[in-house]
Amino acid sequence: MATKGKVLTLTEVNPMVRCIPTSKTDILVRRAGEITRELEQGAVKPFPDVIIVSSGDSHGAGMQPITFVRQVMAACLYPELLHSDRLPSDVRQRAQRLLGECEGSSVGSYSCPLGLDAVRRSVAESLQRRDGGVISDSDNIFIQSGSHVALMRVLKVLLHGEGVSQTGVLVPVPCHPRFTQAVWALGGVPLPFQLSEERGWVLEREELQRALRDARGRCSPRALYIVNPGNPTGHVQSRESIEEVIRLAAEESLFLLVDEVYQQTVFGVDREFDSYKKVLCEMGPPYSSTVQLASVHSVSKGFMGESGLRCGYVEFMNLDPQVKKHISSIVAKEGCAPIIGQIALDIMAAPPQPGDASYTTFRAERQASLDTLAHNVRRVQETADGLPGVSYQPPQGGITIFLRLHLSHRAVEQAKALGLEPDLFYCMRLLEEEGVCAGPGCDLGQREGTYHLRLCILMPTDSLEEMLRRLKSFHHRFMQDFC
Amino acid sequence: VFQGVKKPFTEVIKANIGDAHAMGQQPITFLRQVVALCTCPELLDSPVFPEDAKMRSYSASQGLSCIREDIAMYMEQRDQGVPTNPDNIYLSTGASDGIVSILKLLVTGEGTSRTGVMIPIPQYPLYSAAISELGAVQVNYYLDEDHCWALDVNELHKALSAAKKYCNPKVLCIINPGNPTGQVQSKKCIEEVINFAYEEKLFLLSDEVYQDNVYSPDCQFHSFKKVLYEMGPEYYNTVELASFHSTSKGYMGECGFRGGYMEVINLDAEVKAQMVKLLSVRLCPPVSGQAAMDVVVNPPRPGEPSFELFAKEKNSVLNTLAEKAKLTEKILNTVPGIKCNPVQGAMYAFPRIFIPPNAVEEAKTLGMPPDMLYCLRLLEETGICIVPGSGFGQKEGTYHFR
Repeated sequence: MATKGKVLTLTEVNPMVRCIPTSKTDILVRRAGEITRELEQGAVKPFPDVIIVSSGDSHGAGMQPITFVRQVMAACLYPELLHSDRLPSDVRQRAQRLLGECEGSSVGSYSCPLGLDAVRRSVAESLQRRDGGVISDSDNIFIQSGSHVALMRVLKVLLHGEGVSQTGVLVPVPCHPRFTQAVWALGGVPLPFQLSEERGWVLEREELQRALRDARGRCSPRALYIVNPGNPTGHVQSRESIEEVIRLAAEESLFLLVDEVYQQTVFGVDREFDSYKKVLCEMGPPYSSTVQLASVHSVSKGFMGESGLRCGYVEFMNLDPQVKKHISSIVAKEGCAPIIGQIALDIMAAPPQPGDASYTTFRAERQASLDTLAHNVRRVQETADGLPGVSYQPPQGGITIFLRLHLSHRAVEQAKALGLEPDLFYCMRLLEEEGVCAGPGCDLGQREGTYHLRLCILMPTDSLEEMLRRLKSFHHRFMQDFC
Repeated sequence: VFQGVKKPFTEVIKANIGDAHAMGQQPITFLRQVVALCTCPELLDSPVFPEDAKMRSYSASQGLSCIREDIAMYMEQRDQGVPTNPDNIYLSTGASDGIVSILKLLVTGEGTSRTGVMIPIPQYPLYSAAISELGAVQVNYYLDEDHCWALDVNELHKALSAAKKYCNPKVLCIINPGNPTGQVQSKKCIEEVINFAYEEKLFLLSDEVYQDNVYSPDCQFHSFKKVLYEMGPEYYNTVELASFHSTSKGYMGECGFRGGYMEVINLDAEVKAQMVKLLSVRLCPPVSGQAAMDVVVNPPRPGEPSFELFAKEKNSVLNTLAEKAKLTEKILNTVPGIKCNPVQGAMYAFPRIFIPPNAVEEAKTLGMPPDMLYCLRLLEETGICIVPGSGFGQKEGTYHFR
């Protein structure tokens, strides 16, 4: 029998999949995995383990989960625990109540694809509290398997067309690569607009307009993606900036996609988080009744850090009812968010209150997490201040710092000779020589001729100190080698 | 009903989706214990949990590569020694996530060269919805109701040659055991299907989420992978096959955990890189599903403290389902105008209903399929919620419900 060729060859793969850019950070993380396996098999390296600072996975980095969250989840998973005194009374009460909201009183049954009604209501109430009374309707809140998945559902209806009519989505530079990949994967074209590094990574209206002008005639810009607090920049938008963006969205008929997953981690002095929803409502008509907004949040970041649970939500404003129906049917096809994740979301929305049995512990743990973050930001800045050829714009929120690397001409040439972006070259050497896996700026986008390093720094302080020690050691050597 | 409106019934019975826990099925104790311990390790010192559950929670928390190895071992055991490479295993958010990803990878071309995807009729509507959303071409092949919903390879040939006129058929989807039909494919049938895929150069998708739900004593689950291996190296090293499993069905019924995996073999190396890239865009699958899947593929063994209870619970669930399958078939067949094939597996009965011509006319005037009218009236009059056959596909002029 003659050998048959493959049905699926590279040229036969969906062009929408082929055009998704490969994330360079993924390549580094895979190599980090290989190095870890080599160490486990007894390989001798200049370091005992790999420290991953390229992803915002704080539990993966060693941060402890919030006890109350885990206790309630455990009681929901194994209701036998409701009958013992092992867990505090408020844990048992919350678990009992939430189990009552699940079909068959089990976290193993499906919920409505838009999420458990009780949790959607919980989220709506928390948003009203957050936004000083601005009304939030649970009907406009869809719970999904993470904020990223929630955004992808919206992208599915926004992205269509070909050539001049293909949907363009304005995306900030720098930006975490997953969103850009999703735009490509779902048939849209990302339209980059540069954030202003010299001014602290602020959004500039002129730059947004420049991006729009350049896009017209090539595609149809229909959406604008904002991350606030910024990732990787850590910039927290001022209220004036948010209003400016909203006005631009209104003028240019842009659907606003706002990623607010870092809203709980604002530490900058004189900085406050204002949600796009709140600002939009407070701007009044015509903006508040016309600008279309989808804002997302999740349990993955901040003090919760529950990235593995895969639960987040999107809240819509001014969404056309027919479109909402359509999104609901897209969502229905792929099932609900994991119930256990929805339980965690309920706790994030309605945490223990003063007087509750678990309140003191909860408050202490939440504060400890935020204190660790603030401490880590300070320590990274102190270290960076002492490194030649490193500068940064101080972050005001989020869990990342985006260091600028001023690399020598020799270093840049060497990288190019190897066919690598200079900051990727830096990161690869850092991984091989010191076992630190950081994110190269080329993966997130940056001005031509500039190079950056992204560090995710919500991790135990001793891990951070070890990481900084290795980074310092590497950096001095690197600068020396390529001076 | 809750608001006090008078109805001929006191509650709605939702018999419309395969959600076992919602209908009162109990979870497997060991599985829940392990996942609870993974979630809240402080409970490791609690006497409420048996020792083996505590041990298992360590391994289930070790992360993706360990779970993939456990899945590979499970598959080797299930398939009586057929080797499985953990590198070919990808965890997913339920099986649906994996199925949609593979389909997405495969869709290309324009006009008459647009990818055609062969699906059984009746089918689980995820397939038609995904095909529609991806802009692929749906190619129907009809299961044979008169022979207990068997798959006849002649029907596959017929469907394929007709389809070649308007698209480029590249994918063949199989659901075994079937949803909504419950048929369990014989080994011979699977061999014929594999041979067909080999000869006609089709990518095989085998949805095996109901592999633990086989009730008929004359039937046995054979994985496509195992049969492929037994057909010899020419087939085994050639046929591109993706098979899917999930924690939502079987004896576990853990739909809400969103656990699943797929095994993809004989994928071109460059295509594999594209697939890995596509999967990474969706981020990782939920840890609840991963941990649950690890327990499913690594259950208590004889001699371990939890084995007895586990075996009892598993058998109880499966025996109850088998009884219900038999009972449903028996009772429905006593009703004039309803004919129900034996339910060999899965979780559904898909009886044929003979709708009187007057009803067909009324449905027409109301602008709905006749079996939809039937189901609506059933809901209003008895509170039973089921899905009309038109939602799954059926031969023209026939009506069913699930």
